[in-house]
Amino acid sequence: MLRAARALVSRDLRLVWRRRGDALQPALFAVLIVVLFALALGNERGTLAAVAPGVLWVAVLLAGLLSLDGLFRSDAEDGSLEQWMLAPVPLAWLVFARTLTHWATTALPLLVAAPLLAELLAVPRALWPVLFTSLLLGTPLLSLIGAVVAALTVGMRRAGVLLALLALPLYVPVLVFGAGSVAAAAKGFDPGGALLLLGAGLAAGLVLAPVAAAAAIRIALE
Amino acid sequence: MTAAMAAPAADPQAMPHPAPAAPLIAARALAFSRNEVPVFGPLDFAVYPGEALLVQGGNGAGKTTLLRVLAGLLPPGSGEVETAGGGAPAYLGHLPAFKADLSVLENLRFLCDLHGRRPSLSLEAALALVGLAGYEDTPARQLSAGQKKRLSLARMWLSPARLWLLDEPYANLDLEGIDLVNRMVRAHLDDGGAALVTTHGAYAAPPVRTRLLELRGTAA
Repeated sequence: MLRAARALVSRDLRLVWRRRGDALQPALFAVLIVVLFALALGNERGTLAAVAPGVLWVAVLLAGLLSLDGLFRSDAEDGSLEQWMLAPVPLAWLVFARTLTHWATTALPLLVAAPLLAELLAVPRALWPVLFTSLLLGTPLLSLIGAVVAALTVGMRRAGVLLALLALPLYVPVLVFGAGSVAAAAKGFDPGGALLLLGAGLAAGLVLAPVAAAAAIRIALE
Repeated sequence: MTAAMAAPAADPQAMPHPAPAAPLIAARALAFSRNEVPVFGPLDFAVYPGEALLVQGGNGAGKTTLLRVLAGLLPPGSGEVETAGGGAPAYLGHLPAFKADLSVLENLRFLCDLHGRRPSLSLEAALALVGLAGYEDTPARQLSAGQKKRLSLARMWLSPARLWLLDEPYANLDLEGIDLVNRMVRAHLDDGGAALVTTHGAYAAPPVRTRLLELRGTAA
């Protein structure tokens, strides 16, 4: 089981590396949003700091959404998903490995760049731990939810708008608790509740999302 | 287009097989409908170790659908499919499942890691067997359709599965390739395996034929 997952992850990382220009696009997009916000509100550091958590969260969320359509589509078109289904390991397990790669290639670079982006947006240093914790808990959850939505739309030729329409309502709670935890901390409240809810969401997502996505893939391939 | 099963050219009763072992795959009253339109069936057959079942039928007769049901990619509409132990069958479909950006060897290694493989044979040896020696580092996108089919055959050859489901294995292959398929199936059968092979025409008359299942459109 581990060997199949490791093979899939290394295959995906290799594919990402072969097309690193394309793969960097979502992360660059997020950086672009943050930089443009910083430039637009640059002389009002107070305003900037107030909207910063929201901006950073929206940027990360949209970056994930941008690459969502490709999560299973190319594998569906070239028949790879059929071979996944025939593999002696559960399909949900392979979906999980695929989602992990999606997170590692779209959200992880942004997490690494988060200190830089937070500095650009003039986020007070005291809020950084909360901000990074919320991103660390929230971005995997976004990828997991995204995997279910991508699996639901994989049977369609092009899913662009539908994908966004399906994903955004599911993303909203993550965004609310993610950005909300930082906003609460900024006002001096305890962000623990929001972070714990994010963590609970992540735990549920880790267990349920791969199974749901696998079921959706089975239906889409019929 | 509807299809129904004609009586097998070689009736199971008329052609007793010596193998008393359990069938590798058996179908009982297997039928499949798409949007209420019957695609094939009901079919009854069993494939025993050392046997090949040649599934013939014109375009749209339901050959691919039958194989996808047998592989477990589609749920059977009615009836049942029973596979004996030995794991999932190896399935060669119309889509090769190769990544254009990966090399021949990388593609083969990934698929073997996914499905498991016979330890007795190296990837390079399998590539040489199907005539792809020297192409190890070629990106899959540069392969011709026939070469992709050969790479798929290398995957089948490495697969530990005892049952092969080959959907149009002769498509895109040259004469030497067609012979290669027949030799591979023969060797697989001698090894105690079994195979279901679909073909739409008579252009490939394999010496591996042991039994025939004909899917025939009834619309005409």
